[in-house]
Amino acid sequence: MNKNSEINTNNKNTFLTDYCLHLADNSLILAQRNSAWCGHGPILEQDIAITNISLDILGQARNFYQYTAEILNSSKNNSSAAVTEVTEDSLAFLRDNREFKNCLLVEQENGDWGKTILRQFLFSNYQYLLYLQLQNSADEKLAAIATKAIKEVTYHLKWSSEWVIRLGDGTEESHQRITQSIHELWPFTEEIFINAKYENELTEDKIAVDVSVLKDAWYKKTAAIFAEATLTIPENVFAQKGGKHGAHTEKLGYILAEMQFMQRAYPGCIW
Amino acid sequence: MDLHDFPALFQQKIDSETKIEPLDWMPDAYRKTLIRQISQHAHSEVVGMLPEGNWISRAPSLKRKAILIAKVQDEAGHGLYLYSSCETLGTSREATINDLHSGKAKYSSIFNYPTLTWADMGAIGWLVDGAAILNQVMLCRTSYGPYARAMVRICKEESFHQRQGFDILYTLSKGTDEQKAMCQDAINRWWWPSLMMFGPKDSESNNTDQSMKWKIKRKTNDELRQQFVDMCAEQVKVLNMTLPDQELKWNTETQHYDFGEINWDEFWNVVKGNGPCNKERLDARRKAHDEGEWVREAAKAYAKKRAGKNKHIAA
Ligand SMILES: [Fe+2]
Ligand SMILES: [Fe+2]
Repeated sequence: MNKNSEINTNNKNTFLTDYCLHLADNSLILAQRNSAWCGHGPILEQDIAITNISLDILGQARNFYQYTAEILNSSKNNSSAAVTEVTEDSLAFLRDNREFKNCLLVEQENGDWGKTILRQFLFSNYQYLLYLQLQNSADEKLAAIATKAIKEVTYHLKWSSEWVIRLGDGTEESHQRITQSIHELWPFTEEIFINAKYENELTEDKIAVDVSVLKDAWYKKTAAIFAEATLTIPENVFAQKGGKHGAHTEKLGYILAEMQFMQRAYPGCIW
Repeated sequence: MDLHDFPALFQQKIDSETKIEPLDWMPDAYRKTLIRQISQHAHSEVVGMLPEGNWISRAPSLKRKAILIAKVQDEAGHGLYLYSSCETLGTSREATINDLHSGKAKYSSIFNYPTLTWADMGAIGWLVDGAAILNQVMLCRTSYGPYARAMVRICKEESFHQRQGFDILYTLSKGTDEQKAMCQDAINRWWWPSLMMFGPKDSESNNTDQSMKWKIKRKTNDELRQQFVDMCAEQVKVLNMTLPDQELKWNTETQHYDFGEINWDEFWNVVKGNGPCNKERLDARRKAHDEGEWVREAAKAYAKKRAGKNKHIAA
């Protein structure tokens, strides 16, 4: 292999692993947030439902991390340096704040039940459209993960849509509460549809999904559900962004401090 | 026999191993005992989510996190089955839950102990779920049909709970010195409370006799406790750990393990509400319920609106 094409492959690999990490981090951080409801939900049946969603997206995160580790380990084998093996756990528990590539939406606080299900709706709406396309990715592994996950996400979207409608069109209090949550979360929705560098670099080869084209369908669905819920989409909201390339809100640091505690306190152990 | 002699017919059914079903005649005391026991059991499943839920956010690997979430979620499901079987006896789930929140109804005292380290997830699975299984396997044959059937479903899931717990401890026991110490410490802290799960001694238990006669229970507290000790005394060897009981010794005559005296003062104290986490656990359940009030109200209001609309369309 000549020098130039080697550098190209290395770059491509970095974009791919960054992309995988972005997808994995999105799911892991939201799973971590949702799982805090386990044992504390408003109704036992819904406690089970939100925990189930947590489990589903944790499973997706694991698939993406495992694939990332596979790529990283095989590219290290090519170079001679003996480095410790990358695993799903080293990726989840030993990277710091600035290396996480999740969008800001998923790291936002749970708030009340309305905020949690709204966050889920906004995210699942995007994830559904994303996986729908990712199923056709030129990268077979990514396509397979998306194909497996699409059924789950279809359900997450249905479940969270129903909750948005129920709370929007429920009582005056529930309407007010979820309206408040819409105002809190809306600034974090724009970022999702702005391609990060790793996405831009991989769309041409049909590996990554061009998220900018998902926005219309996402907005349409959101508008339809909000209309049924008698809720309105805020206008002229300043968009917060940065998560996808590692510039997070202060909240992520605390999520990681808690989530990574064991691996940090007892390095190198098998659990 | 007089066909209208309901009490005699009832006992005859029990004696011939025919399950009692919701619409069958049953003595008031039988119904009351079952409501008390099943609701206590349901509350234990739900309150029992809290000590383990406490470690979901800090599970040390993604695999352990997934297993723990699934495990705790199972317990919520068990709570649901049990609240449903309780409802077949004519009490609403709402009323049953209110009794928990008011402090009138009890739940298993074991959940009033804190989970301090990751190893506690292992010890709970192995010991607490292990003790629960012995009780629940017995209850699969309990005389009240809906309760027995709920138990059959639950038991299928429980063996996974115990295995995952033992597996956590086993992994720790093969790990670093710190991990081994963590493992032993958790066993030390959970062993005695687990023995207490079987309840007071037979000689002090005033419900046992009647419950045996009605075949709600089929083994006494002491019998189940002995079975548990015999089982754990062997399993702990696989872990290369010890149970914190100087008097634990195989008895060739009885073919059982002898074991030391339970600290019954502690037992009654925790039952009375003075355990390390009684307040936290109940507060957490009340908080979840209170903060969920507006959500349940909204769901109700929405369902009502929907029903109204549908009627309109149908007309
Ligand atoms: Fe259970
Ligand atoms: Fe269990």
